[in-house]
Amino acid sequence: MEMNQYMSIFIDESNDHLQSLNENMLRLEQQPEDIGIVQIIFRSAHTLKGMSATMGFEDLAALTHEMENVLDLVRNSKLSMNGQIFDTLFKCLDALEAMVQDIINGGTGKGDVADLVERLKAIVKGDVNGSGVVKATVPAAGLSASLVLDQYQLSILSQSLESGHNAYYIEVKVREDCLLKAARAYMVFDVLERNGEVVKAYPSVQEIEQEQFDRSFSVYYITQAEEGLLRDQISRVSEIESAILNAVDRASLEELGRSQGEAEKAVEAAIKESAATVAISTPPPVSLVSAADSNATRPAATNAGNAAPRTIRVDIERLDSLMNLFSELLIDRVRLEQLASEVRRNDLTETVEHMARVSADLQNIVLKLRMVPVESVFNRFPRMVRDLAKSLDKKVDLVIVGAETELDRTVIDEIGDPLVHLIRNAVDHGIESITERVKLGKPEVGTVHLRAFHSGNHVFIEIEEDGKGINRPKVLETAIKRGVITDEEAKNLTDDEVNMLIFAAGFSTADKVSDISGRGVGLDVVKSKISSLGGHVAVHSTLGAGTKFSIQLPLTLSIIAAMLIKLGSEKYAFPLSSIVETGSVKRSEIRTLHGNRIIDYRQSIIPVVSLAALVQSPDYRDDEEAETEMLVVRKGDKLAAILVDEFIGQSEIVLKPLGKYLAGSLDVVSGATILGDGQVALIVDPNALIK
Amino acid sequence: MAEELKVIVFTLAHEEYGIEVDKVRTIERMVPITRVPKTPAFVKGVINLRGIVIPVIDLRGRFGLAETEITENSRIIIVAANDLEVGFIVDSANDVMDVMSDAIENPPEVLGGIKAKYISGVAKIGDSRLLILLNLVEVLSRNEIIQLEQFGE
Repeated sequence: MEMNQYMSIFIDESNDHLQSLNENMLRLEQQPEDIGIVQIIFRSAHTLKGMSATMGFEDLAALTHEMENVLDLVRNSKLSMNGQIFDTLFKCLDALEAMVQDIINGGTGKGDVADLVERLKAIVKGDVNGSGVVKATVPAAGLSASLVLDQYQLSILSQSLESGHNAYYIEVKVREDCLLKAARAYMVFDVLERNGEVVKAYPSVQEIEQEQFDRSFSVYYITQAEEGLLRDQISRVSEIESAILNAVDRASLEELGRSQGEAEKAVEAAIKESAATVAISTPPPVSLVSAADSNATRPAATNAGNAAPRTIRVDIERLDSLMNLFSELLIDRVRLEQLASEVRRNDLTETVEHMARVSADLQNIVLKLRMVPVESVFNRFPRMVRDLAKSLDKKVDLVIVGAETELDRTVIDEIGDPLVHLIRNAVDHGIESITERVKLGKPEVGTVHLRAFHSGNHVFIEIEEDGKGINRPKVLETAIKRGVITDEEAKNLTDDEVNMLIFAAGFSTADKVSDISGRGVGLDVVKSKISSLGGHVAVHSTLGAGTKFSIQLPLTLSIIAAMLIKLGSEKYAFPLSSIVETGSVKRSEIRTLHGNRIIDYRQSIIPVVSLAALVQSPDYRDDEEAETEMLVVRKGDKLAAILVDEFIGQSEIVLKPLGKYLAGSLDVVSGATILGDGQVALIVDPNALIK
Repeated sequence: MAEELKVIVFTLAHEEYGIEVDKVRTIERMVPITRVPKTPAFVKGVINLRGIVIPVIDLRGRFGLAETEITENSRIIIVAANDLEVGFIVDSANDVMDVMSDAIENPPEVLGGIKAKYISGVAKIGDSRLLILLNLVEVLSRNEIIQLEQFGE
């Protein structure tokens, strides 16, 4: 079968299932008694197993199969979850993830799962570190799930036991070269019937008579005869390889009663699973309970139709090309608007205005299409925090708020790593150890809040913990030691400025290097990554009460609102998001302080930057003018006044890269855009203007 | 058996040059160029080529020849190599020619004042015409841009 066309579906679905497995395992860890969660996990694992088996990823299937066995015991209350099992299952999830990742990268999805499989098998056997967590194991007789007794048969067995009969579970195997299996089986039954009564046979007596069995069959049997005699008589039937008799006593009978109930549950689960499997058009693997097979298909058909999907999966490339085409349209729209204003014909102007409105709506939709809930990044953190806390011997709660907040896909792709860094930092350096927290009178369990929310044209992501906070003297000491700042500078820094020092390259306050964080290469990378996304990061901290990292990100990176300005014959664009105010300044108001030009701006002193000088304008110089237009731009809480020639106006612009040839050689310019007249205008990066 | 090579022929300071046809995207008339600050002098800026922003360099400047005024005949040849798309400003471009591979010789040390590393070979055409074939990888090498930047600082 040609599998390639199913590959992307397989990858998407497996990722979804892995995610749900992770989430539900975490939930289960909180509420280990909730069998409902186990059912969900079981179903995910089961579907994953079916999918991987269909696609031929055997290691994946083998591992999920063993996980399923463990989960099966758990949901049937034969096994209660404990730390050991959780850890093993989480390890399995990691292994599964690694294998799926390998498949995504074009690999074969092979992985060394033998060790994990062994551990799972050991758990199933009840061999959990010898602690004997298994409440009850399947009777040693190895009663197969295939031989399920109904209530009536159970009561017959128990009554005959009470009346002094012996009950046996007999497994008979005929020889491989046996020609007349049915006849031999009949002879065995004959022997049995003479001495007692067969309560139940598997396969059924009819099936055995029609030779519909492989090489063995088993029966529950009541008799007053001796075990030895029975065995002797059965083995006298020729071409019988072996006959195993297991006595059924009262305890194992109770056990049987219980497994009876489980079998029913299993049938139920199998039905639900096959419903889910039908929906994704992957045939279910042979169901775990053979008795359920015939029943499973019928209800599945009725269940499958109830959840029609409200979403579709779209190739990201198609969205990108839609975006590109729309950008082209936007450029033409601006051009048309310009032409219409030159031509001055009413009907033309009206048409163009209407088109502008439609295209504005279109723009909203196109941009929204690219928006992804930040959840897709956040959802890996609960697991990460759990593992971290465990390895650090801390207790940490991660509280996620606003996971539904949407961000442009390009931002989502990039924001993961910085967030991982910050959260690791919060758990490792922020939250104190349990003993320390108790000593300080804080609750044993530390809390890390991860929040996302919209505000204006920005999305904010905050990471707040109730840990020890930033220690100002310690930060200053390290900063001076590492040569980040001098003694002199250190004295004049505000608390927030001190906090920002932890983002400096080569800075780390951790006394000892742990393998989680503390190599001093983390936070400066975080900061540069966030600024490359057009955002910035701030820190607020109270010593002893905790630290809050706050990241501000632009909603989108592809179309931005900008202020266009003129500089002699050249045009430049400033992102509107960084502009605080536009105005004009008289030559005489610009003063010089320590060789730096400054102005008074609303009771504070801000530096003045000449754009003409910065870009070496060929035909404009601001020092020739008595009064100059100025833009006040902001970076974090710092302001600067940028002197420009003339304002053109506000416009939606499409960001275009400058081409690889020039990449890396620019600091003032962050990109380019195409104006309505077809000319290229450069976009100034305000962050580069404020040092 | 000699292979046939199709090249785009352009002129630069009265010399004839060739670029293999499969490296050339398009040939454009001069369009307004937006200057990009803080780049080497031979980088003239960027142009809008049907919605894509493409850097343009003056090939005369790149080779250290005297730059001249843009004329009616000036063209921008958009080439793609090294994963880069770059426009070359040339004096004129007006011919496509077949060159036999056995007519290509190794370049002499210096040719028309251009360093040999920018040249992949010289093709003899007829009796008196010489066609200089460019080594695009070297011409587009960003090393020199980076060096120039460091020098500028």
